[in-house]
Formats: sequence, C-alpha cells, structure tokens
Amino acid sequence: MDRDGTDDLLAHVREAASRGAALRIVGGDTKRFYGRAIDGVPLATRGHTGILRHDPAELVLTARGGTPLAEVETQLAAHDQRLPFEPPHFGPGATLGGTVAAGLAGPARAWAGPLRDYVLGARILTGDGRVLRFGGEVMKNVAGYDVARLMAGSLGVLGVLLDVSLKVLPRAAAERTLALELDEAQALEHLASLARGALPLSASSWIGGRLYLRFEGSTETLDAVTARIGGEPLPDCGSFWASLREQTHPFFAGEQSLWRCTVPGLVAPLSLGGAPLVEWNGMQRWYRGVADAAAFEAAAAVGGHATLFRHHTDAAEVFTPLAPPLLRLHRELKRVFDPAGILNSGRMYAGL
Amino acid sequence: MTPDPALLSDLRAALGADAVLASAEACAPFECDALTAHRRSPDVVVLPRTAAEVQSVLRACRHHGTPVVARGAGTGLSGGSLPVAGGVLLVLARLNRILEVDPRRRLARVQPGVTNLEISVAAAPHGLYYAPDPSSQVACTIGGNVAENSGGVHCLKHGLTVHNLLEVRVLTIDGELLVLGSETGEAPGLPLLALLTGSEGMLGVVVEATVRLKPLPERVELLMAAFDDVRRCADAVGRVIASGIVPAGLEMMDAPAMRAAEAFARCGYPTDANALLLCELDGLHHDVERDLQAVETLLRDCGATALRVATDATERQRMWSGRKSAFPAVGRLAPDYFCMDGTIPRRHLADVLQRIGELSQAAGLPVANVFHAGDGNLHPLILFDAGEPGAVERAEHLGAEILELCVAVGGTITGEHGVGVEKLGPMCTQFGSGELEAFHAVKRAFDPDGLLNPGKAVPTLARCADYGAMRVHGGKLPFSHLPRF
Repeated sequence: MDRDGTDDLLAHVREAASRGAALRIVGGDTKRFYGRAIDGVPLATRGHTGILRHDPAELVLTARGGTPLAEVETQLAAHDQRLPFEPPHFGPGATLGGTVAAGLAGPARAWAGPLRDYVLGARILTGDGRVLRFGGEVMKNVAGYDVARLMAGSLGVLGVLLDVSLKVLPRAAAERTLALELDEAQALEHLASLARGALPLSASSWIGGRLYLRFEGSTETLDAVTARIGGEPLPDCGSFWASLREQTHPFFAGEQSLWRCTVPGLVAPLSLGGAPLVEWNGMQRWYRGVADAAAFEAAAAVGGHATLFRHHTDAAEVFTPLAPPLLRLHRELKRVFDPAGILNSGRMYAGL
Repeated sequence: MTPDPALLSDLRAALGADAVLASAEACAPFECDALTAHRRSPDVVVLPRTAAEVQSVLRACRHHGTPVVARGAGTGLSGGSLPVAGGVLLVLARLNRILEVDPRRRLARVQPGVTNLEISVAAAPHGLYYAPDPSSQVACTIGGNVAENSGGVHCLKHGLTVHNLLEVRVLTIDGELLVLGSETGEAPGLPLLALLTGSEGMLGVVVEATVRLKPLPERVELLMAAFDDVRRCADAVGRVIASGIVPAGLEMMDAPAMRAAEAFARCGYPTDANALLLCELDGLHHDVERDLQAVETLLRDCGATALRVATDATERQRMWSGRKSAFPAVGRLAPDYFCMDGTIPRRHLADVLQRIGELSQAAGLPVANVFHAGDGNLHPLILFDAGEPGAVERAEHLGAEILELCVAVGGTITGEHGVGVEKLGPMCTQFGSGELEAFHAVKRAFDPDGLLNPGKAVPTLARCADYGAMRVHGGKLPFSHLPRF
C-alpha cells in the first residue's frame, strides 16, 4: 500500500521550475473540466498513493495525495465512518489530493460544512521544490498559520498535495428521504421554516416541482420526523443523492453550459431562465444554458457568487472575479508558494 | 519610550483626544493579557469607536512606520496582545455592537468587541446559540476568538471558531478592507477566511464578523464516570469515539485536578478516584437516549467504578462547575501556575500522562492535568512559586519539555491558546526552517513592513538557533525519527 513517489514528483517539479515550464497537476483526471482551461506538462500524482494512518478512535485519516478517493471511502466505511462533506468523484479515478484541491462537497454541505472544515494537515510540494508540512493529525491545532486549510479548493495553484490529514466522522445510524410537491418559491420558504427547528436534516434538493429532504438519526427519530414533515418516503434514496453529487442525474445531461450559483439560502428564485436544481437549503443553485455575465451579475446582486462549472469555452472566465485587494493578495500568496508560477497557473484566475 | 508626536497628533485628529491614551498611568492597565508573566506598558493606547476609526489608526501607523497590536478583552493566554516597544495598542472593545441576529438565516453579524457569550444571549430568545465556548466566554471578544481560533469544551462535535464563521471583514495594515467568506460561508478564490482565523492579529484586524448560529439542542445529558486508573479512563474515551458516538463534550481530569476542583466548587466529584470523565450528549430526544444507554454500557465495560447521570439542568451545571473552574481551583494549590495547551492523538494519552508525571517529579514541580479528551487537547497545569529562586525557569523548562513530548507523539504545542510570545521557542520544535520561512513570507504578503503584531506567533530562525532545538541536535529536530504531523 505504501507506494511513495515523493522523489519522482520532487524531481519533476524542480526540473520544471529550473526551466520555468508550466505543469498541470493530474490525479485521476476526473475534474479536468473544472476551472479555467490551462496548458502545461501533466504532473501525475497517481504514483504517490496509499493510506498512511487511520485509527477509528482518533477520527482522523491520513493518506497520500494520489490515493483513490474510493479507497479512502472504502477504508472509512469498513469502520462505519465517512467523509461528512460527501465529495463528488466525477469519475472512477478521483484522488484524495484532487478532491481537496477542488474543494467541492456534495448534498450534505449545508449541514456538515465544507471540505475545508475537515482538513487538519497537509504536506505540500511547492512550485520551487520545497516539501513543507502544515497543520497536523489532531483536531485542535493553532500553531502557525493554517496553511493546510488554505489548500482546500486551491486548485493546485499553491502546491502539490503530497499527504492530507482529514477529520472523519461516524456514519449515520439510518437515513430517510421525504419528497414534497412544491414549486421553487414554496420550497425555499418551506426550507426556511424548517431551519428554525432542530431537525436532523442532512440534505435538501428541489428539482422538477419536488422538494427532497434527507434526514438522519435513529429509527425513532426518523419516525418522529416523518410524522411531523409528512411527504412521501423516497425508495432507494442513496442512488438519488449520488446522482446529484456525481451529476449523473438527467438535469446534468447535454452540453449546455452548467452554472453553479452560491447564494444566501433564503434569496427568492433568481431570474436566470430555465428551472434550476436547488440544493443545500437553497444555497447552491444550478442553472443550464445561461448567458455568461448574467449568472455572475445575478449571484453578486444577492450577495453570492457564480461559477461556470462545466461546458465552457477554453477562453471563458469561470469564477467570479475577485475584488482588487483580494486579487493582489492571491498573487502575493502565489509568489510565496510557487515563485516561478509553474503550478496549475491560470486554473483559478489569469496570472495566478 | 516617548511616542512620536506626529503620530500622536494624527491619531488625536482622527479619533479625538479622549480616545488616545499616552500617559504612563492611563496605559498601565494594558500592560499584559491573561499571560501575566509577560508585561510591557504600551506607549500609546487607542480606543476607536468605528471601523472607519480603526482604518485611520492603521493608516497612521503605516504612514509613520509604527507597529500596532490589536487587543480585544485581553483574556488571551499566550501574550498575543502583549504591547510591543514603540508601538500602538489598538483596543477594539468599543466596537461592541451586535449588528444583526437573524433566526431565519441562522446568523449573527457583530462588531469585534462583542463578547462570545453576548452572541449566545442575543440568540437565545430565538432558540439559537453560538457554539464555540472558550472558558473565558463571559469576557473574551469575538475578534479575539477569530485571532486565536478559540475552542472550548464542545469542539469535537460543534467545531472551533473557524467552523462557525461565515464572513469576516478585515482591515489590512494599509487600511484596505477585505471581505473574507460570505453569508453562505463560501467565496471565490482561496479560502483566506480559514488562513486569517487563528493568525493572532498578524495578518489583519477584524472589524466585523458574521457567525453561524445553531439551534439549542432538544435534549442534553451529562454523565460522570470515575475510574481508579488513568489508563482505563483514557481507553474508555477511545472506545466511546470508536463506537460511533460523537459526544458534545468529553472531558477528563486526573486526581490532582479533580480534587482541587472538588475543594473549590463542591461539585460532587468522587475524590477517591484516580481519573474522572465527564461526557455530555446533546441532540434530538431519541438519539440522545440511544447514545446515553450505549455510553453507560461502554463505560461500565471499561471499568468505571462509579457512574452518574445528572438528573436535571441544575445538577448538570454543578457537575460542569468543577471542570470549568479547574484552572483557578488548581491555582489555589500554589502561588503560581503555567497552563500548557498541547494536543495529542488520544491513543497516546495514558503514556503522555505517565511521562508528564516523570518529568514533573524530575523537575520537582507538581502538575495537574485537565484534558479535552474528545479532541485530544491537554492542559497540564504546572505549579510553582515565582518567589523561589529559579522556579520560573524550572517551570518554563518543564513546560517546554511537555510541549516537545506532545510534538514527539504526533501532536502540537498549542491546541487553542495560541503561540503569542509564550511558545515561540517550542514552535522551533514543531516546525522546521522551511515552514517557518513560509509563515514569514505569508505575513509579508499581507504586511510587507511587519507592523501588525510584530514578533508574535512565528519565531525568527535566529531565535530558533538560540532556543537550541536545531543547534543541539546537529541540525535535526528532536525525535526526528517520528512522523512530524
């Protein structure tokens, strides 16, 4: 299981740095569509693989960046544990490093928190060939700046993730999904009313005129929730939520642009044309075929942001532009970890 | 040092004369935070009332090249807001308004000087609360909580400050406003909100925070279990967690800490035991019922000699009162104490406690241990008498040995109190020169001239050479064979 490839990666990066040659970090190549299109010689992390430590009583797992996400999840499941943020794979080869670098989360995000909440430590390979270790394998650690968490969603622009330590949690005793017939505005209002009570919600989605609510807890709790909420229990709910997480649901079919808007959950339906898929208590809303600037503007107008997630041209800006002082800081931080600008440069923003 | 008259004049023009203190008498109360072993009277104290005034202060400091240290309520335990020579102390206590509590969006928007507990008090009528609960929560401010990434006794289940922040508004040393995060907790770009949290006032000054509120739990139960052996108690902690239960709080005390707490708070602890475990469960009625039964069975299996479930909220508060007053209680046993703050992987708990006992004997200084067992955060309290020649040095040395031990077993030198000025030496044990240089470079990215809280949190490489960790071990860190995670 210990197939360390640090030396290989280090040699590649140092060689590329000496020539100023752009590298494109590739794990399972399952999320190539995500972010701006970039060139660069592929730097494969798949050889750097293996789970290094997992003690179920510690609720911590440490694995090399190239470890398949599926291997991590299988290991956790064997001990009735899970990655609470339900990361999407988007393909069979997804790696742990790619998962952390993409920073994406699945249906549980609004309740379990984002991926970065679970990052405890990371060993990274910088763009100038330094191997640095930040954070650790313990739940509470405030020694030094939290550079490990900074890697969550960094899209590889600061470093190659060699090892990552994540907090993990027990799996729920049981789950149940209830479906209610509601239009989009009613669904958002209903979610807002549910948010005031201490309900064991772990996912929500609205699609095609139905609001789906996933609850978890003991059977007694789920029975009590069912009695209170009503609606129709959804059979085989696992595959339903997986189809949203993995974007295999028919909503995601076709080649029209796919936009992800992240907005405050109570915001009224956005006027972006076409019926959206609404997740995360109304916070994550997917749209198909929107004209580019319209989604950025609509999300910003209500205090959110938008991402052109899939099916964009190579020239497209895919992330909401940063305010000038923030962009400047991003560039400064890029210089700290990748002074030659060779790691995934341009994947997030031009020149970064 | 006499303050620069041009700077004073700029500050007075911006804030009004009453908000700028420059006399020795007026400045003296700000000479230290809760780490009272380190004191330095500030030359200038400013008390702005608005974010715009904070901005003026930062711009003036930047213009005059004057260091500036932000301070909330001064409850920090590592000297993070200790004034620096020739610098301005920026006190944020007057920015103390709760701007918004919205039960529908489950959030509160507050100024940095609002205290931790005030947020929960304001949210309570809506059935909500702010989860992180550091023991100083009556006094400590949310701005300070962000700077230290403060924890508390409910972190394992309910998270640290970083897990409960949605958006933070920060001023840079240039007076530029950065909006980090958002109401959804997500923002485009790098997760700078996470980087800023716990950065000890070195990267920016918080002028507003939006925090997540959680619903008050439907049911809370507290179990108290006594053990005649520390190792059995430590094993029980691991068994509870591995069983799939995540307690809201899981706290352990060794005999000296428990006996001191009982003598102080009269909270009904079994003083004949050698270790005490407090396990709090919260959540929905049926889930808590199920977990309570499971934990009771597990603890009996693990050899608990006595087990008690609090019958009501009053008894629960009494049981907690001992734990929550453990520091002052232990403090009565000796004229002075140092509170250490290492975190370790739980599986090493029994060995670490045994080794701390040996180090304590060798140093001739008693140590009592209070432990956030759920998340591995250990608070050894080193007792000494500062009036005794050499005692402070021996206590500091023992503290450093304990922190090195935490690092050696795969832990960290600080779980929640921060590095400040107190743990600059032990930082050299935990990190190599590469990481330390990266930290300094991150600081320069935000603060090129090093004016914000200079000299805190990250030691210079020269200091590490002096500290000896690198030199003594021939360029290798102590315990270099161990994974340094």
